[in-house]
Amino acid sequence: MGLTSTLLASRTLAALTSPHGVDRYLELVNPMWAAREVRARVVSVERETSGEHPVATVTLQPTSTWRGHRAGQYVQVGVEVPGARRTTRCFTISSAASQPGERFTLTVRAHSEGLVSKWLVEQARPGFVVHLSQAQGDFTLNESPATPTNNHLLFITGGSGITPAMSMVRTLLRDGYDGHAGRKVTFLHYARGPEDQIFATELAEIAAADNGVRVVLRHESAGDPLFSAIDLARLVPDFREVDTWVCGPAGLMERVELAYDGSPRLRTERFKAPVVKAGNAEGDVVFSRSGQQVANTGASLLEQAEAAGLTPEFGCRMGICFSCTARKTEGTVRNVLTGEESSLPDEDIRVCVSAPVGDCAVDL
Amino acid sequence: MSALTTEQPVREPAPAPQPDEQPISANLPLTPSQLEAFGAEMDAIRQRIIADLGEADADYIRKVLKAQRGFEVAGRALFYLPPAWPLAVAALSISKILDNMEIGHNVMHGQYDWMGDPALNSRMFEWDNVCPSEQWKYSHNYIHHTFTNIVGKDRDVGYGILRMDADQEWHPYYLGNPVYALLLMLFFEWGVAMHDLEVENIVAGKRKMSENAALHRGIMRKVKRQALKDYVLFPALTGPLFPLTLAGNATANLIRNIWAFNIIFCGHFPAGVASFSVEETEDESRGQWYLRQLLGSANITGGKLFHVMSGNLSHQIEHHLFPDLPARRYPEVADEVREICERYGLQYNTGPLGHQLFSVAKKICRFALPDDVAQVPGVGLVRALLGKGKPPVAVVAEAA
Repeated sequence: MGLTSTLLASRTLAALTSPHGVDRYLELVNPMWAAREVRARVVSVERETSGEHPVATVTLQPTSTWRGHRAGQYVQVGVEVPGARRTTRCFTISSAASQPGERFTLTVRAHSEGLVSKWLVEQARPGFVVHLSQAQGDFTLNESPATPTNNHLLFITGGSGITPAMSMVRTLLRDGYDGHAGRKVTFLHYARGPEDQIFATELAEIAAADNGVRVVLRHESAGDPLFSAIDLARLVPDFREVDTWVCGPAGLMERVELAYDGSPRLRTERFKAPVVKAGNAEGDVVFSRSGQQVANTGASLLEQAEAAGLTPEFGCRMGICFSCTARKTEGTVRNVLTGEESSLPDEDIRVCVSAPVGDCAVDL
Repeated sequence: MSALTTEQPVREPAPAPQPDEQPISANLPLTPSQLEAFGAEMDAIRQRIIADLGEADADYIRKVLKAQRGFEVAGRALFYLPPAWPLAVAALSISKILDNMEIGHNVMHGQYDWMGDPALNSRMFEWDNVCPSEQWKYSHNYIHHTFTNIVGKDRDVGYGILRMDADQEWHPYYLGNPVYALLLMLFFEWGVAMHDLEVENIVAGKRKMSENAALHRGIMRKVKRQALKDYVLFPALTGPLFPLTLAGNATANLIRNIWAFNIIFCGHFPAGVASFSVEETEDESRGQWYLRQLLGSANITGGKLFHVMSGNLSHQIEHHLFPDLPARRYPEVADEVREICERYGLQYNTGPLGHQLFSVAKKICRFALPDDVAQVPGVGLVRALLGKGKPPVAVVAEAA
């Protein structure tokens, strides 16, 4: 593949295929051929849990352009949902760190309003192709698994927030000497109940083996305690001095942050979910690039940005020329021409005809 | 008819003007209350199509894209067979026409942004043309589509080179109108690329050369890439056939230029298309904007293939009413737009390509001359030499 990929990424080929680029031609022949873009073929979809919001592990074979990932990173996955709309969401990689071009897995919970997560869990079949970004994120394991140390590592996760921690533990056990993590690891996970427990079999195996990893599972339905500093101190007395990774629902994250009291040892990862609010002129509008925050007046985002002293690019001011397109990162906007409301995170909108409904953040 | 068969929507007659109101102007023959109803009908069409966008539109544009790439690869490959040279040129010309019109123009209008595909996104798409997409989008999507046919604001009225409207003041320079139009046709992509530099405003002292520095850099970057591909690399790849391939690529660009120029000039310049003054379009309502788009554009009739090859700009009226709807929808909404026009007693300018082109050609020649031909330098002298002749004004009236 070495020579082919060098050739595909060469400047000559880029010049010959200008202005569209090599990938626009390759994809028409075979979607798994790429010079720059990253795509992946679904290899398998395995259910981890059933129930109302089932979880599945999706194994992906990326194109040779995939540069690999570090344990704990996430990837943007774009799929064409019904209606021919490519929708992109972030998912944490659940398998151990990967090399360029290597297979990896995503473990996804199908949220009732999650277009992409539902597609991955319920509709994806082997052979389907999805669009990917390169791996992103700094919520990663920053130690070499091959070098044993005395460091104690602590993972606190809730629900589907288990995935980055799972990738890190899998990496430690795979790359450590003789299947041993090479350091003391505490893996504390909160789930609703045994039927909602992701990776149950593998976690039981990890807990039983002599590998330095202590697995503690807390199941709400079995009456296990919720997270508290006292409970954590019983497991890890000096937890504020221990390198800790926390990922899970907002409530858990808040309680953990409170318990750590600003300790620099704590690393957090939040999953962004759409925030839908009713009403018109409520909430605050955040212009993230300029760092401004104003009270929402209900006017178009362009007018509100200008009232705040910003000078965003614009053209027709009536929604036809697309000059003012900006990225909305959070919140709900109403298209003033069609009345249509949209709450998707990371969506390109025309700010001249978009009015915020409640809190809203735009990259202006 | 039962409700199961095609349902014919009940059409309200156009509202009569309120007793105390007047039409906006002779050019814009509806009153404010009529405009409101007219605008609402146009909005309803728009809304309905937007709600219906989906797989069929995505499949269509991907099919066109695949055909364009196919023609392109076939054209480039056929240059290796010298006897197939005309075929190679034809295939490459078709590819360039599709790339510029049904794909490039329409994708850069944001018609397919809703698909969320970066390859079909107006902010990322770059076309096979020397004009950088970024600059074209400004002058076309914003200036031309917002201020359509407002003399003095829409720079597409004559492109700063030609006199295409009686409200553009005559100057002896415009005697060359037909020649400039011919040159613009042959070098159309270069004309489009230079359009944003507003050379006419620099000549008039309204714009400084320094304002063009960034634009100029952008154009040169794009020109280099286009020239490298069409005039160096692909010819070089055919080895000893270099000159033939070079000539073929140049011919394909020329054919695309001529075709695009002709389609585009039929969009706003046939006789009967209205132009507007800055005054009559001040504080314009949405309904009035729609009316101006309708009266300021003209369609070309033709078959399905013709519409595809023109990027559906043969439905210039529908394109100007709904610039961000996928162009394949224009034929489908055209019947409704016509029906609305009939009810409101509005002109709907359309005709076959030959008819519209002839009308444009006449206009180009007519506006080369001043309204009073006596102003043309030398006419007085000719008249004096010839003595009593047919008054030239009459000739003008015939030509118009």
